[in-house]
Amino acid sequence: MRTPIPLFAQAGSMGLALPLLLLAVLLPLANSLFAAGHPLHLSLFVVNLIGQVLCFALLALALDFVWGLLGVLSLGHGIFFGIGGYVMGFYLLNAAYADTQVLPDFMQFMGWTSFPAALQPFASLPVALLLGLLMAVIVGGVVGLAAFRSRINGVYFSIITQALTYALMLLLFNNDLGLGGNNGLTGFTLLGGFELARESTQVGLASLSALVLAGVFFLLRWLAQSGFGQAMVAVRDDEARLRFLGYRTDRIKLAAWCLSCAVAALAGMLYVPQVGIINPGIVSPMLSVEIAVWVAIGGRGTLTGAVLGAAIISCLKFWLSAEIPSLWPFVLAGITLLITVALRNGLWGGWQQWRTARAAA
Amino acid sequence: MTASTALYINGLSVRFGGFAAITDLTLEIRYGETRALIGPNGAGKTTLMDVITGKTRPVAGEVFLDRTLDLAALGEADIARGGVGRKFQKPSVFEALPVVQNLELAVRRGLGWSDMVRSRLSLAQRQRIDEVTTTIGLQDQRQRLAGELSHGQKQWLEIGMLLVADPKVLLLDEPVAGMTEAETERTVELIASLRSPQRAIVVVEHDMEFVEHVADLVSVLHEGRLLGEGSMQAVRANPKVIQVYLGR
Repeated sequence: MRTPIPLFAQAGSMGLALPLLLLAVLLPLANSLFAAGHPLHLSLFVVNLIGQVLCFALLALALDFVWGLLGVLSLGHGIFFGIGGYVMGFYLLNAAYADTQVLPDFMQFMGWTSFPAALQPFASLPVALLLGLLMAVIVGGVVGLAAFRSRINGVYFSIITQALTYALMLLLFNNDLGLGGNNGLTGFTLLGGFELARESTQVGLASLSALVLAGVFFLLRWLAQSGFGQAMVAVRDDEARLRFLGYRTDRIKLAAWCLSCAVAALAGMLYVPQVGIINPGIVSPMLSVEIAVWVAIGGRGTLTGAVLGAAIISCLKFWLSAEIPSLWPFVLAGITLLITVALRNGLWGGWQQWRTARAAA
Repeated sequence: MTASTALYINGLSVRFGGFAAITDLTLEIRYGETRALIGPNGAGKTTLMDVITGKTRPVAGEVFLDRTLDLAALGEADIARGGVGRKFQKPSVFEALPVVQNLELAVRRGLGWSDMVRSRLSLAQRQRIDEVTTTIGLQDQRQRLAGELSHGQKQWLEIGMLLVADPKVLLLDEPVAGMTEAETERTVELIASLRSPQRAIVVVEHDMEFVEHVADLVSVLHEGRLLGEGSMQAVRANPKVIQVYLGR
């Protein structure tokens, strides 16, 4: 039997939140303070990549919260990332239309002559942000309520979420839905009055992503260390025992699950303005499985591990799939196998174990 | 029923498909007593515990706590909050959490979101945890992870998790299974110390010597029916019981 490791080595400290805050400050500094060509200069391309990676890290954090701590593996977290992304897309379409008075291409192809009324409620940024979170929580809440009340657990829950993300992808591929079909939504120009094409906007967005990631990391870590986090871990280890102690475990699961859905949507909303497009590929089952791979490689149930796993694997992917694209699937499969066999608690979990063992010796 | 009735079970029947797990069972367990349920495998002992704790619904009959609380109509969590604590057959503790956090979860009993999130315990709750860690002999292991405890210590921790909530009815499913002789002796003492005029204890156990040490009254189940009831001596002398169980 494997010995359990303590959840967080230094309770009370801020953990990763502090370095992330530093990153939020350093990104714009390194971009603007040093001129192009200086070794410390970060180009727009690199800053933009870091911004995307930070969004993936936020997404991984959302999954680790429910998988690592609550024991509920979602293979469909792309759904909520996608909901956030599409809602941000709706807002950006509104803003672009108000800016240029030109209908987005896909609407012209569909023969539409005016901006659709269904997308107009998303014209205000704060309202769109709120609606994005709300829609993710409602969709997640319905799925969670149905599953947790009827005690659907483990692999059955994972399969259902995987099927749902596939169904959503097929739905979004449909041109008649009016959301751009397989081309998705693009042609964005303005975000809250800032021009997306400007370097400062993109640097600001990357910096904002680091800030949000730091904030969410801090919040989730605080929750994980609270009595609520104890109850989550208890659900993971022995749900029946907790229920027979007087806990409504379905409510605990639903609360944690909805929070995770909202965080995933937040990640999607930050991601879309940085890549400038959202299409159904984002809710493909592949991305959802990839999130689980990030978390498994980084180390489940540690939050820090999820952030590191997402960062390391997406950086490797950006680099390798550009340099030697044919090799990337083998590298990813190799890393995944190696971690599953040799480092069951992932990179961060393994490091924690090694430190605990060394401190004991 | 009398004022001292803790659990009142009347005409209870449970079926799983075509299989009658319990048939027309009537039992009354009083405050202050320790009752043992014995019987061969498949006699319906664990099923009875499932019904009392809300895990399984009866097809007929009634189950009452304190003569007023209808357990057949409540969910598991509500029954637990109502004062029924159950120890499972296999030790069930939260292995990734330290001993003291296992007890904190149990003392909080899922009441109140804000207290749970702020991790607040009242002074009385903290004192209760201290008392119970001493009762179950784990006062030096408070910060150990529950997963690192020995088999016996896990069983005691699980009993402690029930104790911090001051249960009116304590159901113990095979509490000494797999224990060493020393651990069993220690458990006999522990269960004896849990007796209280405000509490009824029900033990399911195969170890007859253990039953004789802890129980006031013994109810023998066989194929879902009550075969006999009385002191261990009386039950041992009961010819029906000898025939199906003890004599073999």
